[in-house]
Amino acid sequence: MSLRIVVTVKYVPDATGDRHFADDLTVDRDDVDGLLSELDEYAVEQALRISENSDDDVEITVLTVGPEDAKDALRKALSMGADKAIHVEDDDLHGTDAIGTSLVLAKAVEKAGYDLVISGMASTDGTMGVVPALLAERLGVPQVTLLSEVSVEDGTVKGRRDGDAATERLEAALPAVVSVTDQSGEARYPSFKGIMAAKKKPVESWDLSDLDVDADEVGLENAWTTVDGATERPARTAGTIVKDEGEGGRQLAEFLAGQKFV
Amino acid sequence: MAEVLVYVDHADGAVRKPTLELLTLARRIGDPVAVALGAGAGDTAATLAEHGAVRVLTHEAAEYADYLVVPKVDALRAAHDIVSPAAVLVPSSAEGKEIAARLALRIGSGVITDAIDLEAGDQGPVATQSVFAAAYTTKSRVSKGTPVITVKPNSAAVEPAPAAGAVEALDVTFSEQATGTKVTARTPRESTGRPELTEAAIVVSGGRGVNGAENFAVIEALADSLGAAVGASRAAVDAGWYPHTNQVGQTGKSVSPQLYVAAGISGAIQHRAGMQTSKTIVAINKDAEAPIFELVDYGVVGDLFDVVPQLTEEIVARKG
Ligand SMILES: Cc1cc2nc3c(=O)[nH]c(=O)nc-3n(C[C@H](O)[C@H](O)[C@H](O)COP(=O)(O)OP(=O)(O)OC[C@H]3O[C@@H](n4cnc5c(N)ncnc54)[C@H](O)[C@@H]3O)c2cc1C
Ligand SMILES: Cc1cc2nc3c(=O)[nH]c(=O)nc-3n(C[C@H](O)[C@H](O)[C@H](O)COP(=O)(O)OP(=O)(O)OC[C@H]3O[C@@H](n4cnc5c(N)ncnc54)[C@H](O)[C@@H]3O)c2cc1C
Repeated sequence: MSLRIVVTVKYVPDATGDRHFADDLTVDRDDVDGLLSELDEYAVEQALRISENSDDDVEITVLTVGPEDAKDALRKALSMGADKAIHVEDDDLHGTDAIGTSLVLAKAVEKAGYDLVISGMASTDGTMGVVPALLAERLGVPQVTLLSEVSVEDGTVKGRRDGDAATERLEAALPAVVSVTDQSGEARYPSFKGIMAAKKKPVESWDLSDLDVDADEVGLENAWTTVDGATERPARTAGTIVKDEGEGGRQLAEFLAGQKFV
Repeated sequence: MAEVLVYVDHADGAVRKPTLELLTLARRIGDPVAVALGAGAGDTAATLAEHGAVRVLTHEAAEYADYLVVPKVDALRAAHDIVSPAAVLVPSSAEGKEIAARLALRIGSGVITDAIDLEAGDQGPVATQSVFAAAYTTKSRVSKGTPVITVKPNSAAVEPAPAAGAVEALDVTFSEQATGTKVTARTPRESTGRPELTEAAIVVSGGRGVNGAENFAVIEALADSLGAAVGASRAAVDAGWYPHTNQVGQTGKSVSPQLYVAAGISGAIQHRAGMQTSKTIVAINKDAEAPIFELVDYGVVGDLFDVVPQLTEEIVARKG
């Protein structure tokens, strides 16, 4: 038996940097460093753990749709231990929205071949948390999403989903699309050996024609959603800051009373 | 007037507040038609009518509880096909976003998630989003198909507006995918008696500075004196001091209350992402350099174990 896992990983602007919009209201990628979306590290980690706990041959492919620099995200995932990488890159992809991104990802996953797709719970830039569900819809396979615990056995994926109202145990037959939360288990740091090994691992590059996707199904002009404006949030006006010298709690109560909270 | 589909989030017939907010927003675009699914769906009608639903489409079936997400997408699709709405509005819960996205794909539309406001526009509804950890506010709209938009809790003040609320049974045929993901067990979360985190008008959160699960009693006492919900930073959650469901931030809940109190929280970008849009922000931290102080309307530099109990005592005294 063998198990083919495709992990979708996104290349995003560093959240701790100064993120801005470009003139066309897409993410400005020039002014801020990019990296592998931290929440996708959890997806790579779970793929590695599934592989380590499996008697089957497991092959882990990491997949990204993004610009040239997105290779950095793939390298990071490869250095964590993934086997190979696929980079979908095409100038026509600039400005693609969630519906379009899911189309490209679905075509790429199908072309790569898969038994299990593992995604992060959300990207750290768009933070929509919808791509895994969209992928499942497109692929016509079960979605087993937002898992804080995941395992694969005998062609079945099982997991735990901690929702607002309840904790649920879920189960689905493979092939399936899974997404994992940051509660699923700390992601490992690439070892020196891993970093060296990653340099030799194969990275395939595909463009839209490789995936039979028409240029008019993706990109900013053809997106299903349009951003009409973006304004920087005005900086908060400096608040009052007091040092507690024994009366801090009472001073704060006074402030809250003045604001009618008490 | 055009009809607007509103997906109803309810617990055994009790409609949750974000749905009432959606009905209020929906009326800016058209006549709300509510879709209520699962056990107790019929019991939602009176509340929905009181808040402006002209029609309430209901369907009860075990599938909604026994399988993940897809049965609800099938039902919303069925409602979409009979109503031909001007827009579809869904509460921005984790599940709500998944339902909305799959529906949008099926009907050939775009999807916008986490709107914090909604208004009518020349080219369809315009959504306001707060993005990049609330550093930017954007205006966006769906440019292809029927707009499908999810809206965050606390995005509008609930305004009752009695309407007909005629109940109609929705006819739903489940797709082959509907039974793909089985829910094999469900453990409902125990109620704390405190307000729901995302819906609360006041949130009091504790972080690493609280230094221990037992010390969260100090945070809870303040919350109770204010009738507030309790939140926590990821550091506090990861340490096992408070449940993950109370985490505020990028990978936890995003909250936008009237008042947010952060005690022993430094204010990392991922935490700010979940609370920066709060109307009034207050922090207690012993480090005067903590980044949280950049956000506050009022900050106390001090030990939370001195400041918070004194504050609680004072509030209780003032309330008499
Ligand atoms: C601030 C902002 C707001 C946006 N709002 C909207 C909106 O309302 N509607 C809309 O249609 N689009 C929107 N977009 C565009 C959208 O974010 C992108 O199209 C994106 O690729 C998909 O959504 P996401 O990043 O939110 O992914 P999520 O759904 O949050 O991502 C979940 C997982 O999907 C996988 N994934 C996502 N994108 C990729 C990728 N390119 N390559 C590989 N794996 C991937 C990852 O595993 C990730 O963890 C927005 C973008 C930004 C920056
Ligand atoms: C992908 C990703 C997602 C994340 N998502 C989230 C999220 O959703 N939510 C979240 O909160 N974090 C999140 N984080 C973690 C975040 O980066 C921070 O690590 C975290 O918010 C720190 O929590 P803290 O402020 O409680 O702890 P610290 O940063 O350690 O701060 C503790 C503060 O308490 C103060 N303090 C200590 N003792 C006292 C005392 N006795 N009285 C008063 N003050 C005291 C200290 O001065 C300090 O400022 C995420 C990180 C990543 C990488």
